[in-house]
Parts: sequence; structure tokens; C-alpha cells
Amino acid sequence: MDAIIIQFLNGLDKGAAYSLIALGLTLVFGTLGVVNFAHGALFMLGAFCAVTFNALLTWPVQPPKVEGALFAPRPVPYMEYAFGDLGVAIINWSVPLSILLAIPVMLIIGLTMERGLIRFFYKRPHADQILVTFGLAIVLQEIIKKIYGANPIPQAAPDAFAGTANIAAWFGMADAFIVYPWWRLIYFLFAFLIIGAVFAFLQFTTYGMVVRAGMRDRETVGLLGINIEKRFTVVFGIAAVVAGIAGVMYTPILPPNYHMGMDFLVLSFVVVVVGGMGSLPGAVVAGFTLGILQSFASMNEIKAIIPGIDQVIIYLVAVIILLTMPRGLMGRSGVMEE
Amino acid sequence: MSKFIMNRRSLLRAGAAAGVTLAAPMHFMRGAYAADMSCNMPTGSTVTLGFNVPQTGPYADEGADEMKALQLAAKHLNGEGDGGMLATFSSKALKGNGILGKKVNYVTGDTQTKSDAARDSAKRMIEKEGAVMITGGSSSGVAVAVQSLCQDMGVIFMAGLTHSNDTTGKDKRRYGFRHFFNAYQSGEALAPVLQQEYGSDRRAYHLTADYTWGWTQEESIKNATEGLGWETVQAVKTPVGAGDFSQYITPVLNSGADVLILNHYGGDMVNSLTQAVQFGLKDKQVNGKNFEIVVPLFSRLMAQGAGSAAENILGSANWNWSLDDAGSQAFVKSFGAEYGFPPSQAAHTCYVQALLYADAVERAGTFFAPAVIKALEGFEFDGMGNGPTLYRAADHQCMKDVLVVRGNPDPQSEFDLLKVVKVVPRTDVDYDPAIFGGELGPDTAKTC
Repeated sequence: MDAIIIQFLNGLDKGAAYSLIALGLTLVFGTLGVVNFAHGALFMLGAFCAVTFNALLTWPVQPPKVEGALFAPRPVPYMEYAFGDLGVAIINWSVPLSILLAIPVMLIIGLTMERGLIRFFYKRPHADQILVTFGLAIVLQEIIKKIYGANPIPQAAPDAFAGTANIAAWFGMADAFIVYPWWRLIYFLFAFLIIGAVFAFLQFTTYGMVVRAGMRDRETVGLLGINIEKRFTVVFGIAAVVAGIAGVMYTPILPPNYHMGMDFLVLSFVVVVVGGMGSLPGAVVAGFTLGILQSFASMNEIKAIIPGIDQVIIYLVAVIILLTMPRGLMGRSGVMEE
Repeated sequence: MSKFIMNRRSLLRAGAAAGVTLAAPMHFMRGAYAADMSCNMPTGSTVTLGFNVPQTGPYADEGADEMKALQLAAKHLNGEGDGGMLATFSSKALKGNGILGKKVNYVTGDTQTKSDAARDSAKRMIEKEGAVMITGGSSSGVAVAVQSLCQDMGVIFMAGLTHSNDTTGKDKRRYGFRHFFNAYQSGEALAPVLQQEYGSDRRAYHLTADYTWGWTQEESIKNATEGLGWETVQAVKTPVGAGDFSQYITPVLNSGADVLILNHYGGDMVNSLTQAVQFGLKDKQVNGKNFEIVVPLFSRLMAQGAGSAAENILGSANWNWSLDDAGSQAFVKSFGAEYGFPPSQAAHTCYVQALLYADAVERAGTFFAPAVIKALEGFEFDGMGNGPTLYRAADHQCMKDVLVVRGNPDPQSEFDLLKVVKVVPRTDVDYDPAIFGGELGPDTAKTC
């Protein structure tokens, strides 16, 4: 029973990561009609915002040599040198704090990408869009590799969230052993918050309402005198920010490296297709469903019955869903059917 | 005035005499026969070596280190720089004037850590760019594939970082040579230290990369630990490049195991180790004992990627820059002066392989591949950082000391990440080459 609960938690955690990336992908596809293969690269760029922020905070400073000492003391991080204990605390919280850097950076990157490249491919076939965005992803990867190298760069969660939470104790299960890393629980809550915020923005603000109307019928909204293109550009920027901050918060779980975006991209596309192209709730439901299924398929008891099921379960489910529901779980008619 | 008369008999006599006269010096010059020609033997004033390393993909950092080391080896062979290990190498055949007086040039390829890509780039370097020897690489899958290609093309392959038993076991080839140690030797080296540190009553859980290297390492470590009396609770294969290993780590929590053995390498090891520590395995108590994590193949670059998660983790290594023998010191000094940081074990093995090939050519007195193979087979040497070493003739595996290392909890610099716990002598990691089967195959020379 303990193992099942832990795997369920794990599935929720995986699902949260898949949903968060798939959400941005769906948002871009639903508004701009663009299949953005560079979305994984945006997740990776976000992760490297955290690396950069940490590097800035820990920039080494050489303290002055103490009179009479034989050697100069070891260099210390700038923040510690300048602000003492407060500086140490800021360094300790560098991952969540780097969201402050990631939001403007990712917004600028997103808007530049859309205005500088992607808008020229709106009316081109999806194959062209895939090729150009995939090419862009490779370019971004190589730039990051050139600057930061290919080796992963570990980022620590704040000490307050290091270690594991004793879930069994929360529910008074004295004999059970159910623990889960604090930071993964935080990531799950964070994903929920961000997904909720995106839905609230689209559902409860006038801006979001116009965007949703544009997603349904771009021409009619345009005829009402609304510059829908401009709003869609902003949506692209928001999608980039969502991917970026998802990447920031993922760094303590997976030490960032230049190809981490590609690792998530394929899975996220499967999530989007299973959820239904352009359907935001579909992406979230599919993300969590596939995350949980993948987690349970990795249990030794399941693999003893069907060896290797853990490595194919997501694709197997995708095939079954697409055979029985060609538009995915919540896909609309007319999307990618022309 | 005499008249010159040439009849049939005198013509035959003259022809035979001329033939003997012309052929006589050739008899004393190796490689001068048309039959003594092998693929890409240099004819001009230069010789071309092929450096096939991962320049992209998950092992690109290791590949960059290998490339730096190979370029440094080429410099040293050409008499540039401080000469590095040329001064400490027990064989004194290399003079710093290239190889057999020919200046060393090199061409490069990107293995991408993919067998097909690695074979393509090796083939290109051999067929189009005239490489007489191929070296480098950071994966056993790649090494086995390139080694087989080199056997077919008659070009010597001096493998880079490859740790699978298969490379010099069931997939060994006459044209392939490995300086790096293997999974079996990791097991033999680690077992006594594991027993000393963790006792004989342990229950181990393996997570294993699902390809040739992972399988052979799992088998070797299982055999070694079960020999100590440990029980193997479960051995689970994981996909290469999985990224998030959490779904494979969570079953460990309630498995009853008190040791997790990670048969992963590179980025996979960084991720699985980091995540295992996040799940509290390092702080866990099972069966009244502290839970332990073991990484049988460890490296400084992996410890760097894993950060604090690598602290106090035991593993084995082929070499470490902190060794204080003259050969290691000379190489570290040379590499450090050139690039500003110490070399990795991948860099070390590639550098040594390049020098060993050049030395074998010098001793053979020819680039003729079968003669170079003979010079390498059974060659005993020292001064290259691993103590007295034998290039075993039966399987082309270097037999030498193996290091047991521990993630350094108190590093004095950003590179001081592994502490050498024990230098396991060569005799303790020796084995019968027949146990892994395979055939070296013929050393037939081929032209290309």
C-alpha cells in the first residue's frame, strides 16, 4: 500500500511537470496555430536563468588579506561578502528568487521569438513551422552549451525544503513508510498555482476573454476592431514565461543541462495530442493521466507481468486514445483537420 | 672494337641479377614490400590520426576533455610543449620528432554518443581523410561499433573511455585496444572496500542503464557483491537518458534494500544520484543500518554534476588527477598549463592511448598495422599514471591498478571532488580472458 501511495504522489509530480509544459504548447497552438518545437528550449532557458542568477549571487570576491597572515583568505560569494548572513540566506533561496529574473527575461525572449521569426510562419504549413522551430531549438541549445558547457550544473533547493516530508505521519499512519521530497511537493503546488493562474487569466479577465474569443474565431474578433494579433503575441510571451519559470523551479529536481528541453519536448507533445490539440483543460488532464500511468507502470510488480511496459506506456495509451478518440480527450472539431 | 651480343640466356641472367640487386635492400627495410601495405600508411612527411570523440550530445564535456588531451598528445609527439608523459614513459622510443620522423596531424569526428554517427565519422576519417589510427569515444556502445568497423577496414582503434566487459570480451577485435579498465575490474576492486565499509550482510538494489555497458556492469557488481554474502533484492533496467528517475527510485524505498547500486554513467548518473539523495536515501536507516549508495564507475565530471549529492559516495575510477606518481604529475602539469584545469580520466586514457600507439609504431619501425598490433600485444610499460601495466595479448585489455574513490565531502577546490580511498593492485583485478569469450580475429592487412 505504501508503494502505491508513493507512486501515486510521483505520478502527480510528473504529471504536474508534463502539464505545465504542455499548457504553454497548447496555448501557443490554440492562439497562433503554431506547432512550436522550440517550447522545450524555453523550459531549458528558464532553468539557465536560475543558473545565471545563482552565478551572479555567488560571484567570488577576494577578501583583503589579514595583516600577518601567510595567505590571502579563500574567495567568498559576493552576496555573503557584502551582506553577511542576509547574503547567505539570499543565496540559499536563489532558485525561487530567480523567478524574478526569469519573468522579464523569458517575456523578452518570447516576444522577440514571436515578432522576429515565428510570425513569418503563421500562414505556412505545419511542417514548415515544425522545421523552423526545431532549428531554433537546436540553435538555442548550442548557444547555451557554448556558454555553460555540456555538463549538468546542480542547483540546490532552499534548506527549508531540503530532505523529505513524512506523509505517513501527516495522516497518522504510524506503521507506514511514505516519504516524499519536499521540493517535489512544492513543485506540484507551484504547478497547480501556475495552471490555475493561466486558467483564471483566460476565464476571468476581459483580456483573456478576448483571447479565448480569438481562439474560437479570429476573423470575427478582428471585425470588431480588436487587434487580436497583438494579444496573441502577448500570449506567446506568457507561454514563454510559463515554460521558463517551470524550468527554474525544476532545477533542484534535475540539474540543468543544455538538452533538458528536448527530453521533455517529445513527451509534452504526446500530452498535447492526447489531451486534444488546442485544448487547455485537455493538456492538463492528459498530463496528469500520463504521469500517473507512467509512474505505476514502473512498479516492479507491473513490470514482472509486462516487461518493459514502463518505457512504452505513454505511447501505448496515446495510440489507444487516438484510435478511439481521434481528436484526443478534449479536442475540438476542425483543429488540424483541414 | 668488341661487339655487344645479347642472347636469350644472357638476358635471363642479367634480368635475375638486376632483380636480386634491386630487391636486396628492400629485404632489410620493413614495410617496403608491396605486401607490407595496410590502410592509410603515410607516404609523405606527415601522418594523420583520427580523433573520434563526442562533440555533441550528453557526453560532450567529456568529449571536449578527450579532444584537448589528444591535441596535447599530438603536440608532445611533435616535440612541442613540455613533452608531458614522454619523459616518464618507460619506453624511450618516442623522441618528440613525430612518429617515425613524420609530423603528427589529426582529423576529428563527432561520435554524438551514437553508434551509427560514430561509425560514419570514423569511416569518413579513414576513407576520405587518410587516418591511419582512430581513437577516442566515451561510450561502450560506440567503442564496440567503431572497433568492429576498424577491424573490417584494417585500421587500429585505440579505444577511449569504454568500461563494458564486452569491449575486450565477447566483442574484442584484433585491431582494437583498450587502456581503460572494465566493469569486472570495478567489481573486484570495489568488493573488499564495500565489505570493509558496509559489512557482509547487505541487501542491494540495482538500477541499470539498459545497454551493453550497464548489463555487464550489473553482472560484474552482482557477482562481486554476492561473493561477499550480499543479497541482490532487485535489478531494474532503466532507459538511457530517462532524465527523471523518480519512478525507478520510489520502489527502492519500500524494497527492504539497504544499498542502492547505480549502474549509470554521465548525465544519467548525475540525475539518478541527485534524485536518490532527494528521496532521502542517504539519510535512511534500513535493517538497522545506514542506507548506502554506490556508483561503481565514478568520475570527477559526474561528481561535479551531482554536487553535494556525490559526497561520500564510493565508486571506482581508472585514474584521478590527484595521483602523485611522476607520470600523473607530468600530465596534470602539462594539461593544466595548456587549458587551466586538471584533466579528467577520459582525457588521461585518450592521451595515453595516443602515446602508446605512436610508441608501438616506433618500436615496430613501420606503420604496417599487423606489425604495430604485434608491438602492442604483450607490451609491458610504466610511467603513465597507473603503475606497471601490461597490454594483454589475449584480449587487448590493459592490466593495471584500479582506484577506489569516494566523493570528497570537503573539497579544497572546484576540482578536488574525488578522494582516492585505495589503489587496488593489478594482481587483485586480474582475470582469465577466456571468461568473457569472444575471438580477436585475424590481423590480416587491408588496403583502403
